[in-house]
Amino acid sequence: MEFMTDVFGFYFGTFLVILGQSLLVIVLILVALAFLMYADRKIWAAVQMRKGPNVVGVFGLLQSFADFIKYIVKEVVVPAGADKPVFFLAPMITFIFAVVAWVVIPFDDGWVVSNLNVGVLYIFAIGSLEVYGVIMGGWASNSKYPFLGALRSTAQMISYEVSIGFIIVGVLLSTGSLNFTAIVQAQSGYGALSWYWLPHLPMVALFFISALAETNRPPFDLPEAEAELVAGYQVEYSATPFLLFMIGELMAVVLMTALITILFFGGWLSPVSWLPDGIHWFILKMLFWFFMFAMAKALVPRYRYDQLMRLGWKVFLPLSLGWVVFVAAAAQFEWFGGFYVRWAVGG
Amino acid sequence: MIGNDVNVVLPELVLVGAAMAVLMWGVFSKREVGAQALWAISALFIGVGAWIALTGRGTDAAFNNMFINDGFGRFAKITMLWSGAAVLLLSKPYLERAKLMKFEFPVLVALAMVGMMMMVSAGNMIALYMGLELQSLALYVIAAFNRDSLRSSEAGLKYFVLGAISSGLLLYGMSLVYGYTGALGFAEITDVIAAEGLPLGALFGLVFIVTGMAFKVSAAPFHMWTPDVYEGSPTPVTALFATAPKMAAAAMITRILFDAFGGVISDWQQILALLALLSMFVGAVAAIGQTNIKRLMAYSSIGHMGFAIMGLAAGSEAGVQNMLIYMVVYVTTNIGVFAFILNMEKDGRAVTDISALSLYSRVAPGRAFALLILMFSLAGIPPLVGFFAKLYVLQAAFDAGLGWLAIAGVVASVISAFYYLRIIYLMYFGEASEALDGKIPMLHMGLLAASAAAMVFGIINMFGVEGYALSAARALLG
Amino acid sequence: MVIATLAFYLFSAVAVASALMVVLSRNPVHSVLWLILTFFSAAGLFVILGAEFVAMLLVIVYVGAVMVLFLFVVMMMDVDFAELKSGMSKYVRIGSLIGLVILIELLMATGYWSGWIVADMAPDMRAAVTPALEETQNTIALGSILYTQYVYLFQAAGLVLLVAMIGAIVLTMRHRKDVKRQSIVGQIYRDADKAVEMIDVKPGQGL
Repeated sequence: MEFMTDVFGFYFGTFLVILGQSLLVIVLILVALAFLMYADRKIWAAVQMRKGPNVVGVFGLLQSFADFIKYIVKEVVVPAGADKPVFFLAPMITFIFAVVAWVVIPFDDGWVVSNLNVGVLYIFAIGSLEVYGVIMGGWASNSKYPFLGALRSTAQMISYEVSIGFIIVGVLLSTGSLNFTAIVQAQSGYGALSWYWLPHLPMVALFFISALAETNRPPFDLPEAEAELVAGYQVEYSATPFLLFMIGELMAVVLMTALITILFFGGWLSPVSWLPDGIHWFILKMLFWFFMFAMAKALVPRYRYDQLMRLGWKVFLPLSLGWVVFVAAAAQFEWFGGFYVRWAVGG
Repeated sequence: MIGNDVNVVLPELVLVGAAMAVLMWGVFSKREVGAQALWAISALFIGVGAWIALTGRGTDAAFNNMFINDGFGRFAKITMLWSGAAVLLLSKPYLERAKLMKFEFPVLVALAMVGMMMMVSAGNMIALYMGLELQSLALYVIAAFNRDSLRSSEAGLKYFVLGAISSGLLLYGMSLVYGYTGALGFAEITDVIAAEGLPLGALFGLVFIVTGMAFKVSAAPFHMWTPDVYEGSPTPVTALFATAPKMAAAAMITRILFDAFGGVISDWQQILALLALLSMFVGAVAAIGQTNIKRLMAYSSIGHMGFAIMGLAAGSEAGVQNMLIYMVVYVTTNIGVFAFILNMEKDGRAVTDISALSLYSRVAPGRAFALLILMFSLAGIPPLVGFFAKLYVLQAAFDAGLGWLAIAGVVASVISAFYYLRIIYLMYFGEASEALDGKIPMLHMGLLAASAAAMVFGIINMFGVEGYALSAARALLG
Repeated sequence: MVIATLAFYLFSAVAVASALMVVLSRNPVHSVLWLILTFFSAAGLFVILGAEFVAMLLVIVYVGAVMVLFLFVVMMMDVDFAELKSGMSKYVRIGSLIGLVILIELLMATGYWSGWIVADMAPDMRAAVTPALEETQNTIALGSILYTQYVYLFQAAGLVLLVAMIGAIVLTMRHRKDVKRQSIVGQIYRDADKAVEMIDVKPGQGL
């Protein structure tokens, strides 16, 4: 009996609360995604002096929803030689891991579903799992283009994961904690000047570029390069599975904007001390970085594959590794008046 | 505090630093520096060996007893370092002919040597395992060093896969021991056993550990990899396998059995006795049909490891002492034998078939005579040193109440004499065939002669090895 | 603790079942995918133990990196599934017979399960090495002993990795002299002035 009351009394309540929080985050992000996708296309169109989506709804605002319905109701085509279970598992993995990563992101002080001690590692672990959606999808399609696209994409994601990891290690060394909330709190003080972008300035650029590569965004969208691979690992996907891939990818992009915001731009902290902190700052910063992602897509020509690999392994990896050594020394010996050590605040 | 610890591991640190320095030198220099690197590393081996021999006194422990520098460890280290240096020096002409003279070779050997030194000095399960893995990984690579040769790659891969399995067994055993005794340090395990006896789970762990170790020392029935690896690897690598790592593996198994499980000798004595018995007979019988001299030496090494393990199975101070003597004699003999094998070639190509030795005594009587002495010594024919080495371990086993094992050892020794004597027969009374090339570098000739001379003149007092081995055994058991 | 217990059984069951599927599944790619699930469940077990750092590391290193490379290799290998399967069925009988004999021997050797007793001192000795979970976070605890008490092993592990790296390079890298290479620096420092030459071509003459 005690067991039953345990499960259905206390635990069930907790469970419901967690479920509610998770659903809230997921739904809000999904709705936001629809408009972000619209924004992405509008920005792109504006750069190219086109109008972009403008038919469905006022200014085309409902375009994403129309696309959504179209994806849902269309027929799912499965290639004859496909490995069916894996074929359907792949988009689900992409989508699920993109969603579950949000569980440790603090939108405001205390506004986090699960305040994990090892939040950074969790994000990193989930990020490294997203590779599987791509590689499984490419393999299970049993077709040459998707497979090549998948191999390229996997190699690319793994390569840039390494430098992203080292960049994050630098931030962790400054903070002395793996907890996202602690990382943000460690950046409080003199407004925008005490955020990590200043001490870790070179790494902001590196992180942004690595994030572009990690999420397969232009100019690093080689896995989907239409000219070479028609559309990479997702050629054989249609309807809902394709939609899941799309959402998963976009969600990874938005997650990256959230990460940049938290790691380098003080999360929910206000840039000036006379304005209150709050979630609006978090959203504004994310929107700014999303704008940067969209602009990169519109402005920069695509890299060649060997250039991409060279950049990742021969430039970013040594730079970020060297930066870790520098930050470790700066933190240990308290150079620059302790600019690099915020242990007392965060950890 | 850490300074003291560093002082204890200073010889190892010097080797690691030198290996890395040579690595950097090789990577950044414009020319191929393989030969110079090889000289440098072998000189370093000799130097570090001498340093340990001259300055090592007493017993020091470092890093929470993970590293123990005692007489036993030093004895093994000096043997390994000097034999490693000898093999490195011997390997230069072969490597140059085979176009394998790369600076990575001495670097890997140096790192393997560090691994071996860590193994024989380990005072903790994890430390032992790390040393073992360091040594094994480097040896896997150099087994496959001739990457364009199918056989060498096969040797490397086979060694790697079986080595990985044996490491798995070893780790499984260690985790069982840890689970049931709660300790990883040898001293703590001894305490637990002394207080509460050996828990059944830890006994199972012990069996797994011995099995994993038996793979590493290539004792039957876990010897399958040895002939293929010996045959496939480049000959200098084979020579290395037959010397320093054998000593290291034997010392490692001694270390863990006596340091951690010294209180329950009767629990592992039977296992070791069986291993010794099987190894001696497999080594003796399976070698008879071999025509490739490298395979033959592989079976020979299996048989000899059987004798060494017999010394361990005695479980006494005399057993350990005689095992150490046996290993030193075996390693010394092997250096001479491989100095010979490395120069078996015809028209500039390496030959490994023993029929090529036919009437070799007419081509090079001096070398043939040296090999004759070495083969007699390996076979254990009196009055050479090899005979006394065998006699001592048999004595130790007999005194420990393993009379049946000692008798079996004598029988196996007689059987194995057959194939050693066949080589001698071929050299002196074989049918005429195309003769091998007569060239031999001075260094090889010197080591061959020295090794043979040691087998003869060693009978006077074994060059004092007996005394050192006794103090080494005392350091371990006392 | 009920939830933790349930989760433990869930993760253990999944781990064991998927480990079994690694061996049983006919398609090697599926085997690798099952293996990933096994690691994942093991990570879950670590979380229940309160070792979230190790759990995350397991996912990042094994699932995120090692297994991806595994998958790469397995996907690109040309394996005859039917042949693999025939080998399995050939040995399954003798294999299970040997397994059964060993199991019976084990049971006879131990006689009864109560023989498997952990030494009384063991729990205390195991606990002595690490601080209690309530006192500190496990990441901090791990960090504070890894670089002090276990620095020897840590450095040794570094050496093992160095050897692995040297080995991989020695066995695979080839410097081919007859191949044209890209000079990135040369490309970057090349500009229109050096690359383009203006030639005034007279009509009817060509170059």
